[in-house]
Amino acid sequence: MSIGHTLLGLLEAGPRHGYDLKRSYDERFGHDRPLHYGQVYATLSRLLKNGLVEVDGVTPGDGPDRKRYAITDAGVTDVDDWLAQPERPDVYLHSGLYTKLVIALLTGRSATDVLDRQRAEHLTAMRALTRRKTTGDLADQLVCDHALFHLEADLRFLELTAARLDALTNAVLSAETAPRRPAGTTETAASTTEGRS
Amino acid sequence: MTASEPAHARVAPAVAVAAVAAPVPATAGSGPAAAGRDRSADQVGPPGTLLSAVELRKRFGETTALDGASMHVDAGEIVALMGPSGSGKSTLLHCLAGIVRPDAGEIHYGGHRLSGMSEAGRSALRRGEFGFVFQFGQLVPELTCAENVALPLRLSGVRRRAAQARAVAALARLGVDDVARKRPGEVSGGQSQRVAVARALATEPRVIFADEPTGALDSLNGEQVMRLLTQAARETSAAVVLVTHDARVAAYSDREVVVRDGRTRTGPA
Repeated sequence: MSIGHTLLGLLEAGPRHGYDLKRSYDERFGHDRPLHYGQVYATLSRLLKNGLVEVDGVTPGDGPDRKRYAITDAGVTDVDDWLAQPERPDVYLHSGLYTKLVIALLTGRSATDVLDRQRAEHLTAMRALTRRKTTGDLADQLVCDHALFHLEADLRFLELTAARLDALTNAVLSAETAPRRPAGTTETAASTTEGRS
Repeated sequence: MTASEPAHARVAPAVAVAAVAAPVPATAGSGPAAAGRDRSADQVGPPGTLLSAVELRKRFGETTALDGASMHVDAGEIVALMGPSGSGKSTLLHCLAGIVRPDAGEIHYGGHRLSGMSEAGRSALRRGEFGFVFQFGQLVPELTCAENVALPLRLSGVRRRAAQARAVAALARLGVDDVARKRPGEVSGGQSQRVAVARALATEPRVIFADEPTGALDSLNGEQVMRLLTQAARETSAAVVLVTHDARVAAYSDREVVVRDGRTRTGPA
């Protein structure tokens, strides 16, 4: 997530001190990972240098929190551009779970146990999120739902894998014992094995 | 791969009628429903167990639906039965609820052996102790929503006016008292399912059996039904046995039991 753009977005409501910004950020987005003061001030000085914020006033006293920051027109345009840019879809091609499954299959260990443990772990996390969602405010609901849908996707993958375990076992084992082939032809081993079973 | 789905399809439509409109047995007063309340009776399973199944087996013709399924439900606990289509989870629910009699295995409810009861005894138990919610509300289309909710109360001998008042209260708890006078055909899918939950709750059951209660709803309505169902169950200390293949629905439970090929998985050590 872009902390700079997020702070800019929060500044659009009106000028604020760094401390206020951090608190507002943590309340909305910092659920499990609040910002450090160092991050806030480093980000603000970068935004200042790039002309995206300006100092709107200085309170007498010591420390960096004396400055009040306001968003500039260039800053507003920057937020516009950021919102117009879709997030890159996360593609999980290298997950720890996938690796564990393949190693379990390759070594003759129980892949079903790997799947069952993972399902139980996922559901425990989903229960905690669901509890938080049902007692939380709108921001809690949104952030929990987002996490829940992703965990649900993992579980759908788990169930599909569990249903195809025999075919996958054959595919993994035959790929391991088959003589090496030129790159680009190995994936046929998986599809033909699955087709037979 | 076993396939209980055809069996489930056969059973489901009859279930709502059986659950709601079972005939009153001659022995209702002293029957198993009354006995089910006797908590001094020997408990089966760990202390606090309300409902338990041991090594259930059930075949429908050539199809093995249950192949040694075991589980228990504690009083007030919400348990999700999860598994792929055809895994036997709905058949397990129907056995636990006394709707389907297993070929082998034992079911105990409140210390009493359900598997040995007569159909009349089991239907008294269903009417007195259990509530049911299905994927499609199974409301009677000719009755208003309030009359639908009042129906199991009327069948249990509650007088019309009192049943109607309790029905409206149950509808209010689910936030759908505004549809009390409408017929099921005149309300949305989400409202209709909330009416079905209100009907299940109206008799103040000790166990609610819910088979894919959000299966026909979109995400938002499904969430709402699950939140209201589990909230109401916790407030009334009712246990819930929830069949679902949806992990987000299962996340409303306290614990899951995974059913695969007619067997319950106890999970890896």
